[in-house]
Amino acid sequence: MNITVADLQRGQKGIIVEFSSTMLPIKLLELGCLPGNIVELVQVAPLNDPIYINVNGSHIAIRREMALKIDLNLILDTDIE
Amino acid sequence: MSKQINVALIGNPNTGKTSVFNALTGLNQKVGNYPGITVEKKQGICKLPRGVKAHILDLPGTYSLNTTSLDESVAVELLLNKNDKNHPDVALVITDVENLKRNLLLFTQIKDLRIPTILVINMADRMSKTGISLDINALEAKLDTKIALVSTRKNTGIAHLKELITDYKNLSEKPNIAISVIDPNYFEELRNTFPNQDLYKLWLVITQDVNFMPIEKSTIKDPSSFSTKSESELKRLQQKETILRYKFINSILKETYKKDRNAATGLRANIDKVLTHKVFGYIIFFVILLTIFQAIYEWSKIPQDYIDQFFAFSGNWIKQSLPAGAFTDLIAEGILPGISGIIIFIPQIAFLFFFIALLEETGYMSRVVFLMDRLMRPFGLSGKSIVPLISGTACAIPAVMATRTIENWKERLITILVTPFTTCSARLPVYLIIISLIIPNGTFIGLSYQALTLMFLYLIGFGMSIFSAMILNRILKIKSKSFFVVEMPSYKLPLIKNVSYTVWEKTKSFVFGAGKIILAISIILWFLGSNGISNNFKNAEEIVSNRIAKNGLSNFNKATIKADIRAYKMALKDSVLKKVYAINTNDIKDSLHQKKQALFVTASNQEIASFKLENSFIGYAGKAIEPIVQPLGYDWKIGIAVLTSFAAREVFVGTLATIYSVGNDEEDTIANRMAAEVNHKTNKPLFNLASGISLLLFYAFAMQCMSTLAVVKRETNSWKWPIAQLAFMSVFAYIVALIAYQTLK
Repeated sequence: MNITVADLQRGQKGIIVEFSSTMLPIKLLELGCLPGNIVELVQVAPLNDPIYINVNGSHIAIRREMALKIDLNLILDTDIE
Repeated sequence: MSKQINVALIGNPNTGKTSVFNALTGLNQKVGNYPGITVEKKQGICKLPRGVKAHILDLPGTYSLNTTSLDESVAVELLLNKNDKNHPDVALVITDVENLKRNLLLFTQIKDLRIPTILVINMADRMSKTGISLDINALEAKLDTKIALVSTRKNTGIAHLKELITDYKNLSEKPNIAISVIDPNYFEELRNTFPNQDLYKLWLVITQDVNFMPIEKSTIKDPSSFSTKSESELKRLQQKETILRYKFINSILKETYKKDRNAATGLRANIDKVLTHKVFGYIIFFVILLTIFQAIYEWSKIPQDYIDQFFAFSGNWIKQSLPAGAFTDLIAEGILPGISGIIIFIPQIAFLFFFIALLEETGYMSRVVFLMDRLMRPFGLSGKSIVPLISGTACAIPAVMATRTIENWKERLITILVTPFTTCSARLPVYLIIISLIIPNGTFIGLSYQALTLMFLYLIGFGMSIFSAMILNRILKIKSKSFFVVEMPSYKLPLIKNVSYTVWEKTKSFVFGAGKIILAISIILWFLGSNGISNNFKNAEEIVSNRIAKNGLSNFNKATIKADIRAYKMALKDSVLKKVYAINTNDIKDSLHQKKQALFVTASNQEIASFKLENSFIGYAGKAIEPIVQPLGYDWKIGIAVLTSFAAREVFVGTLATIYSVGNDEEDTIANRMAAEVNHKTNKPLFNLASGISLLLFYAFAMQCMSTLAVVKRETNSWKWPIAQLAFMSVFAYIVALIAYQTLK
C-alpha cells in the first residue's frame, strides 16, 4: 500500500511521488504540491481532519480526503543524517 | 484617451494587497459590489507624479488565473476583456517576499496576457529578519518587468511604485512563457483555427468557466473546427502548464533569490503548535470569542446609552422649539428615531469589525477555519461561520456583515440565512418580561425555573440555526467548489491603518447601505402608528376626556395613582420630620394636590395615547389580524405589538406600555399591568403559560427585525434572500407558536 499525506505523523516529512487522481484540484499544484517537493505535516485537527501541511514553503490546510490522494515517499530521519 | 490610468491590483491572498491598495488610495476609496453578484468591488483614486491620476481597482485575491470561485472569475474576466471600461492599462502583481516563488506563478500568467505588468514585492521589511536577499536587477531582466520593492508596514517604496505606474508605457508586453510547448500539436491547431487570437488567451477561454467572449467560446466548442480535448486531458495540460511555470520560476530564483537558513525563525511553527493545538487551540479561540462577545454585548452598551439619550433629548428639544404640527411630529417621532435606530448599531458593528480585522490581519482567522472546519462541515457551514453565529447572540446585524470573510458563497449564504435564529440581545427584553409573568419563582436543583427557561430559549435559537443550516445545505443547489484548501499565512502584527479602514468602511456601508431601508421602514411604521382616518382617531382627545369625566380613569390607573400618592405622602412625612422649622400644613396640602393633578394629567394623556394607537392604521391592522393571531393565544393588542415590533423586537415592550396606557418604561409596572390583563374572549388572564410560551417561541423564531432584513439585502445584493428568510422564519414561528399554544392551553 502506498503512503499518502494522510499517513504522516506530526513532524514527519515525505517527497511527493505522484497524484493518484487527476481530479486533484489544480489549486493544490499551484500552491506548490508538485511531484518532487517535500511535504511536512505540521498539525492535525481533532478527528484527524483537516490536515495542516508545509509543502515547498506553502503552509496550507487540506481535508483528509484530499490528503489521501497525494502519494509520498517517506523521508526517514536516518536519511538526512 | 483619458489621462486617467487604469490600474488593477492583483495578487495571491495574504500578500498585503489591501495594504498596498490603502497606501495608494488612502481614504479615496469606494467599496461596492460588481453588478448582479456579491463579489466585493474595491476601487480608488491615486494621485501620481506629474499631475497624472490613476484609477485603482483591487481585484479579488487569487492564486492563479485558473478560477475556482466567482471572485476569481471576476478577476480573469476583467483581465481578458479589453472592452471593459476597467480593463487595466497596467497590472500590479502584489507578492510577498517570503512566498515569492508561489506568487510569481500568477505573475507569469498575467505577463503572458501581454498586459504591461509591474511586480510589487511587498513586506520588504521582513527580508533581513528572514535572511532573504534579492538581486533586483537580475530579477527585472529575467522576468522582463519593473520591480517595486515596497513595505507598507514601514511605508517605503510607494513613491517608486507610483513612478513606475506613471511610466507604464515603457513596460514590456512580451510574455514570459510560450504556452504552446505543453502540447505543440494542439496549440498549432488552435493557431490555425484562430489566427488572430493570442494563444494563451484562447487557452484561458477554453479552460476557464468565465463569461467572456461567448461567441468565440461556442466556436471553440464546435468539434468540427479542430480536435477538442476531453476535460481530463485539459486538466492534465493545466498540470503540465503549472509545472512548466514553476520550472521557469525556479530557474530564475536560483540565481536571484538567496535565503540564509540560519536567520529564518520558526515563529509560525512555534505559534501554531499552541494556537492549533487540540486542546489549547480551542481554549484560546474560546477566550477570543468571549472577548468579542463581551465587547459587542457589554462594552457597546456604554456608547449606545449615550446615543439613546442624545436622540431622546434631541426629540424633546425639537418638539419644544418647533411649532407643533405634523411636520414637527414627522421629524421628532418619525425621522429622528429612525436615524437613532441606525446609529445605535454603530458601536456593535465597529467593535465586531475591529476584532475581525485583527483576526484577519494577524493571520489567525485561517487557524479558526482549521480548528472549526470538521465541526461545521456536516452543517454546510464554513469554519469561519462560527464567528457570525456567536456574534449573532449579541446582534444579527454586525454578524451578517461579518460573513464577508467566508469565501465560499454557499457557505456564506447559509450562514447569513441562519444567523438571525440565534438569540440576539433585542429578544432579551421580550423574553424577560414574559418569563417573569408566566414562569413561577421556583428552583430546580438550585437553578431558578426562570433562568432555565431563558437558557432553553438560547439553546433552541442556536439549535434552530444549526438545524436549518443542515436543511439548507441539502436544498440549496449552488455550484461551489467542492474542495478545501486554506493557506495558513505567517503571523503578522496588524497594521492599525488597515484595521481602522475596515472598521470605517463597514460602518459606512451599514449606515448608507442598510440605513436607507431602516429609515424608510421606521418612518412608515411611525406614520401608521400615529395616523388614522376614523372619527375615533380624530376625536380621540374629546372621546377619552368625556369618558374619564363620566367613568373616571381606568381601574389600573386609579390604583397606580393611589399607590403613587401614598408613596409621595410617606416621602413628604420623612422630609418634614427631618426639618427643624415649622411647615405650613397648607403648603403640604397644596403640594399633594398638585401631585395628584399632575398624575391625573399624565394618566389621561396615556389613556388618550392608548386610544389613539388603538384607532390608528396600525391599530386597525392589529385588530384585522386578530383572527390570525387568536389561535396562538393573542388578542389584538398583542397583535399590534407584534406588528410594531417588526421595527425591532424590543419595541414589543414599549408598544404594550402605550396600549395599556402605562406611561413609563419600567418593566415592573408594565409587567403588573400585563398580569392584570384579561382575554376579552375567554375572561381568563391573557398572559398565561400557554400564550406566554407561544409568544416566547414566536419571538425566538420570527424574523422580527427590519434592520437584519436590510442588511441581508445589502449583503446578498438581492431582495430574494431577505424575503425568503422573512417568509420562512415567520411561517415557522407561527406554526411552532400555534402548536405550543394549542397543546398547552
